[in-house]
This record gives sequence, structure tokens and C-alpha cells, in this order.
Amino acid sequence: MPDAADILRLESIKVHFPIQGGLFDRVLNRPAGAVRAVDGIDLNVRRGEIVALVGESGSGKTTVGRVITKLAQPTGGRLLFEGRDMTSVQGTSALRPYRHRVQMIFQDAYQALNPRHTVFDIVAEPLRSLRLVKNGTQLAERVSEALAAAGLNPPGDFVSRFPHELSGGQRQRVVIAGALAVRPELIVADEPVSMLDVSIRAQILQVLIDLRDKYNMALLFITHDLPLAWLIADRIAVLYLGRLVEIGSADEITFNPRHPYTIALRNATPQIGGNPCRAELPALQGEVPSAARVPKGCRFHPRCPLAFDRCRQEEPPTVEVGSRHMSACWLNER
Amino acid sequence: MTNSSQDKAPLLEIDRLSVDYGLKGVSLRAIDDVSFALRPGEAVGLVGESGSGKTTTAMAIAGLLSPNARVSSGVVRYRGNRLPIDDDAAMRPHRWSETSVVFQGAMNALNPVHRVMKQIAEPCVLKLGMSRSEATARARELLELVGIPADRGVAYPHELSGGMRQRVMIAMALACRPSIIIGDEPTTALDVITQAQILKLLGELRSQLNLALILITHDLSVVAESCDRVMIMYAGRIVEDGTVAEIFANPKHPYTRLLIDTIPNPANGKKIIRPIPGDPPNLISRPPGCAFHPRCPSAMGVCATEVPGLDKFGRARVACHLHRSSQEDKVAIHA
Repeated sequence: MPDAADILRLESIKVHFPIQGGLFDRVLNRPAGAVRAVDGIDLNVRRGEIVALVGESGSGKTTVGRVITKLAQPTGGRLLFEGRDMTSVQGTSALRPYRHRVQMIFQDAYQALNPRHTVFDIVAEPLRSLRLVKNGTQLAERVSEALAAAGLNPPGDFVSRFPHELSGGQRQRVVIAGALAVRPELIVADEPVSMLDVSIRAQILQVLIDLRDKYNMALLFITHDLPLAWLIADRIAVLYLGRLVEIGSADEITFNPRHPYTIALRNATPQIGGNPCRAELPALQGEVPSAARVPKGCRFHPRCPLAFDRCRQEEPPTVEVGSRHMSACWLNER
Repeated sequence: MTNSSQDKAPLLEIDRLSVDYGLKGVSLRAIDDVSFALRPGEAVGLVGESGSGKTTTAMAIAGLLSPNARVSSGVVRYRGNRLPIDDDAAMRPHRWSETSVVFQGAMNALNPVHRVMKQIAEPCVLKLGMSRSEATARARELLELVGIPADRGVAYPHELSGGMRQRVMIAMALACRPSIIIGDEPTTALDVITQAQILKLLGELRSQLNLALILITHDLSVVAESCDRVMIMYAGRIVEDGTVAEIFANPKHPYTRLLIDTIPNPANGKKIIRPIPGDPPNLISRPPGCAFHPRCPSAMGVCATEVPGLDKFGRARVACHLHRSSQEDKVAIHA
């Protein structure tokens, strides 16, 4: 579905990491294979839209984020930003305009901040390296603006502090301020609240939602937490072993999931008020297989309680199962 | 804090326990005046943010406090007998035989160069005086008990997935047939589906072996599905204690109420984000009076000066000035 408002489009993006075979394999000239971390993903993000990418560890969700921020090079497919093909653009200077518009927020604010830099230096860094300001006054203005937008008020109280003088929530705000300083149009946030104490998670989520509301910023929110995705996102994309198994509006995915994996994820999530989706499904056995040995057919079939013959043979296509709701499961054809 | 009117005699009693950490000549109070009782077979969740003292409480019970910690007051009793919780050697006969701990990072807690079977058999040899072959048989039995085929016991920890390693940890904890298991964030590092499997296993083992469980977690929703009772901790003190049903349906302490509100709950269909203002308290500069008062939306004058006691309300307990006044004149509880 090409859409004029799309800011970002991924077209069958693949990231395969080659496996270095042992001596024996090389002597016998045996192919060593590949880890198929991301295995053909189509995803679009519109201006001002919050899309949540949900998956377990090993599903490839972080790799997708790294492809979008040009930290990982896809081995197949296309990455389009405002219709422009960015797949093969590489190199610091060629990527400078892109980095100015797409920023990433990492999970661990303790590691993302240089302990020897002050908050000012940390937030000013992207402005300096992308050469977005002309003089010191302008720099100071942009830094305080970013700190204020990330909820560090008044900014003057924070600029000369070092990361160890901040609480966990404040550190994550500094990370956000660093991403905001360049006024990006898309932010990729990789588990931005999972390291934070529960009482300050909501504050950070509020900051992210405000950014969308104020600046019409698009956000790709990577998480493993389905209820959290429902809370923040307009749309949810569910990832399993390198492929999207289901994508739709946050409400559709939460209340009317169609893929057995989404249902299993839903049912496994502990919930205070009980489970809103009452779809019956036995609990899943086992764990996510290795991306180096992706099962044949539907990659979920070895764990799927509803799998039948076709699932073991053929990979299911992604089909429309509702309004803007896509799912890749043979059960949809029945 | 014992109450003989309750159905069973408590297995474990923690009575006015306070623990300080010495840090560069400064003494920091990690837990302050903590009292509770655990009955046989009961599952209690200990919930709090970082620095709330939940782990210190649990480590004190297991006698595993770090060397710079000091028990400044209070006692821990097991079946009526005082435990020497600050004496590592004296705790040895008790630990693992009566109280076991399942830690968060199974990869760090397991020895990477020994097969898991050997590691499970180890406590049986050392603690129960079994012979090698008896211990191996016991280890196979334990592996099956936690849902791992006994033949997988020859694997090394790195050959097992995160969920399997956590199952091995549980098998080790069960080796000497303890009556209390302390789970220190046992599922935090695991994926949602694996977490559900481990919580289900703990639940099954609990009813099968009549184990009492102390589950330490920062995640209230985990407690909702696996515990009978919850204790909410804040800045080293218990602020609320009650049954799971009671606390989630009718939280009394403002902190508990705000904490529940921060959990996204699709069941009520409301996408509202209600942040708790401010930051979690710092042990170095603990606020006077009720430690939560700087962040509390219902704080009153008295909250800044007087520490509220943990008052009983039936079988529940709450430490909040709002509920103290409500005992005298029953108004404005939900103001």
C-alpha cells in the first residue's frame, strides 16, 4: 500500500549474517549457511504515526531498528525514506542529511551516555557533528530546547551535570534530548523504558507521545511488551523469527488477534484485569528456534498448537484479514 | 507481629527487621522496621522499585547479606527459632535445606564448566550425605520434576536456553527439600512466553510440594497471577500488605494505587498514561516523615513530619496517614 504520507518504507528487507563454517566444511566445500536475523519484512511508518514492533528476543526487532538507522546494512530489500531509496547510501558525509532526520534511542541509558561528558556536551554532540548550528548561542538555545522537550526542566539545572549525577529516568531523558536536538522526523526507540523503574516509565512514555503531538514526529517503538505497545502505538507489528506474522491497529492486535503467535503472546502476558482477548489456545511449548535453522514452511509451525499439514510445507502469505489488518497464517485461508 | 487467630502457625516470622549498609563511612538504611509472617505453602510477592529494599529483605532472610551490611535490629524466626542471619557459618545448615534462593541471572549462578546434572547432585552429596549414585538418581528425579528430560542433564549451562537454565536453578533450589523458596526476580530476564512457563512451573511445584514462596519482583502483574499476598515496599519500608484480590481491587496506599495505574491494562480499554511525579527516593537523602510524601498527590502536612506506622485493617496492613485519620472519623478515604 504505497501512501503519500509514508515517511519510511521497508520493502522485503533481509539481513542475513553469514556463518563462518569450520575447517571441515571448507575442505568439503559445504555451504556454511546464514543466520537469517531479518527475513523479508515489509513495513511502513507514516508521518506522526507511532508503530510498535513487538517480538521476543531473537525475533530480529533490534536488527530492524538498526537497518532503519543505517547501523546495519540489509542483504536484500529496499529502505525508502520519503520515497527516496536509502538502501545503498553509505559513508559518513552521504548519510549526514539522513542522520539529521532519523535518530535512535537506545535501551540502556547507562551505557549510551559518556560518563566524562556533561549533559550539555552529550546533547550538543549531534548538533556539532551534523553541523546544524552556526555559533555558540544558537547551540545553547537548541540544547535547552531539547532538554525542555524531553522533560528536563529547567534545562539550566541539568546542563553542567554529569551522567552519574542523574537518576535513571533523567538519564533516559538526556538520551531522548540527544536524539531530539537535531529535530528528527523519525525516532527509532529500542526498548526505551524496559530498564526503568515502573513509576518513571509512564513519564518517559508521556514525553514520547508529546513529541508526536507537538512536532508530528513518527516513532518506531521496539518492545517485547504487548500491553505497553497497545498503550503507546497506533499500529502494532508482531515479529517472529525475522518475519512479521501480524500487523494491524493497536486495538485490532490486542482485542482481535488473528495469528496464533500473537494470541499466545497475549495469553502469556500476565495481566491485572484479566485477559481482554479470550481466544482459546493451549500454552506454547519450547522456545524460539535459532535464526540459523529457520523451520521449513511456516516458521512458527513447530510450536503452533493449531498447525496442520500445509503449515509444515509452505510458507503462508501475508493476507488482509480486516481493515488495515494483515496476518500470515494458513488458518486465514480456511 | 504474630497473630494466633490465623489458620496456620507461621513458618517464617520477620520481626521489626532493619538492615544498614556501610558505605565509605556512611551508614545507609536499606530496610527499616520490616515485619511480616509467612505461612506454610503461602506465596507472597514482594514488590518495589530499585532501592525499595525488597532484595535486601530477601537476602537477610536467606542469610546472604553482603559483608558491608549490618542487621541493626530485629529478628527472623523459622518455625519459632531465631535464625542467625548475620552469621554465615551458622546459617549454613539452614540455607538450602529449609530456605532456597532462585536468582535472576541463571547464567551467572551456574558453573559454566560443570554439567548441570553434577551441579544439581552437589547439594545432595554435601547437605544430605548421599553417595554419588544416589545423588545422581536424585538429580534425574529433580530434572524431570522441573520439566527437563533427565537425559539433558549431561548438558553444560551454555547448551541450554534461558528458560531451561532457570529450570535447572529451580531444580537445584529444590534439591534438599526446602520449605521456602525465595525467587529473586526469577523471570525478569526471560521472554514473556518463557516467563509464563516458569511461573506455571513454580505454581505447580508449590502445590505439589507445599512450598512457601517469596517472589521478589518489580512487576505487579506477575504477582497478580502467581501470589496469594502482596507486600508493596517503598524506600525500605512495607507500605501496604494485603491479598492480591484486595490490593488490586481496592488499593489503599496512594503509591500502590499509582503503581497499578501505570500498568497498561487493555482490559479496561483506557489508554491513559498517569505518570507518578518525581523520582524514586535516594537512600542517602531519604525524605523525612512518609518517604513517599514528595511524590504523593494526597500528601498532607503531617506526612512531611511523621512516619506513618503500618496499621492493621482486618488482615491487611497500610502505612499511610490518610488511613490513620480515617480510623477515627470515617471520611475522605478516597479524597
